[in-house]
Amino acid sequence: MSVLVYVENAEGKFKKSIFEAVSYAKAVANQLETNLVAISIGNVASSDLENLGKFGAEKVLNVTNDKLKTFVNQAYASVVAEAAKKESSTVVVLSNSFSGKGLAPRIGAKLEAAVADGAVDLPSTDGGKFIIKKTAFSNKAFAFVEMNSAIKVISLTPNSYKIEEVVGSANVEEFTSDIKDSDFKAIIKEIVRATDKVSLPDAELVVSAGRGLKGPENWGMIEELADLLGAATACSKPVSDADWRPHSEHVGQTGIAISPNLYIAIGISGAIQHLAGVSSSKVIVVINKDPEAPFFKVADYGIVGDAFEVVPKMIAAVKSLKANA
Amino acid sequence: MMKILVCISNVPDTTTKITFTNENTQFNTAGVQFVLNPYDEIALSRAIELTENGNGTVTVINVGEISTEPTIRKALAIGATDAVRINAAPHDAYYVAQQIAAYAKDQSFDLILTGRESIDYNGAKVAAMLGELLDIPSVSIIKKLDVDGNAATVEREIEGGKEVITIPFPFVAGTAEGVAEWKIPNMRGIMSARTKPLAVVEPVEVKTLSDVVKFETPTPRGTVKLVDAADPEKLIELLHSEAKVF
Repeated sequence: MSVLVYVENAEGKFKKSIFEAVSYAKAVANQLETNLVAISIGNVASSDLENLGKFGAEKVLNVTNDKLKTFVNQAYASVVAEAAKKESSTVVVLSNSFSGKGLAPRIGAKLEAAVADGAVDLPSTDGGKFIIKKTAFSNKAFAFVEMNSAIKVISLTPNSYKIEEVVGSANVEEFTSDIKDSDFKAIIKEIVRATDKVSLPDAELVVSAGRGLKGPENWGMIEELADLLGAATACSKPVSDADWRPHSEHVGQTGIAISPNLYIAIGISGAIQHLAGVSSSKVIVVINKDPEAPFFKVADYGIVGDAFEVVPKMIAAVKSLKANA
Repeated sequence: MMKILVCISNVPDTTTKITFTNENTQFNTAGVQFVLNPYDEIALSRAIELTENGNGTVTVINVGEISTEPTIRKALAIGATDAVRINAAPHDAYYVAQQIAAYAKDQSFDLILTGRESIDYNGAKVAAMLGELLDIPSVSIIKKLDVDGNAATVEREIEGGKEVITIPFPFVAGTAEGVAEWKIPNMRGIMSARTKPLAVVEPVEVKTLSDVVKFETPTPRGTVKLVDAADPEKLIELLHSEAKVF
């Protein structure tokens, strides 16, 4: 028996969400009184692989096959499923990233395993059951999913589980598997990644703005505040619909759901569809000139005021806070 | 001639206030308006664009009981050629994917589209599960889909960017915003939807892998702490020393 965690890398490096997934998987392994094995696919430095021991991995399976250098979900699913069989894994954990979403269901279908997507907490294993809490109805609720299959696949929502460091170093072993050509029909032509910006799904801090900003030319102060805080930028649906900002920044029911530590909403009224995407943020700040804006009802902090006056002052305050730090 | 299958689900309207009954074990459907899942509508719109000018057919498939038929008719009104309803409640993503795979496996569809996720359970699982069950490629969240002969070029969303991928037919893709604009059915579409074929197929037997046993609504936040508009420095100070978020 074992718990297997797939450690996704982005250009050879592990992001914070991966350490969260390893810590989470370690806690599940402790619950089940078994070992934690990690599997990495692609080129990651062996020191980074050994370092996974600090988060609880005892062993790391390292797959370095050249054909698997870039992510192809079909082939990666075959490799992870094979590792799960070889390690007699009863639980497979992944991060619920964009790639994880393409991978977890394929692994589940291969292993006839139930898949809990977007888990936000450890499983409850009382009475021999295995129940996972996940967000549902676009963050308006949580569902508790009982998993009845012999093997369970869990994808963890980023920023929902605390990284726990332990003492240890992981043993890295090469892992080879038979991969079939039919797993490589999808061919990646190009990868475009803005590396200088914080990506929205991973962001701990998010600065978001809506129609209250009146036009795309006014986003300079939003970007400046975000840059100062090391935050990602986001927007409401009307803003991305009007092409003021790209669709990838749209948070809400038909955009993406996020759960950062801080969400600052500027000039966004807080329609129910928007709230759905951000309601699991830990701290919500609302800046809006309309005191009746529904967003204030779900906010922790707020300022009733004009964004064009308030935001520059916030920028100045963050600058002076940093200068005095 | 392109043959496209679009998988659709019947979900509560985006403005729905979510509540539960039966000691929080059941979604309260009282007074809830059900609609075609918005992401599935994007898939359907793109499928219709790709088959315009008699260039192919678009079949919509739904796993649902008879109550979902108005939603299926809406898809036909938007422009689908025909429809299939698998006569069963959609138990979980695996169950739905198995039902659709059982139907699709002998039908030689070139392209199978789903929305990136349904807005009720938000699993984003059916596309990739279907790909696995049919042993064909799948891409889960795409923002662009162009067809060239017997292959397509898609853009997959990744953290902070995108991947451009070429894939030969057949494959499964889950569509997100950017793939197409939502289409509003016209009068002719609405009239013709009544007579378009809607086949009802009985489900195949599928092992139950998961059950939703309980729901919970998020704990409401305390009252908002308002800071004077003349003093945003105070807000930054509170975020720093009280909320400790930076």
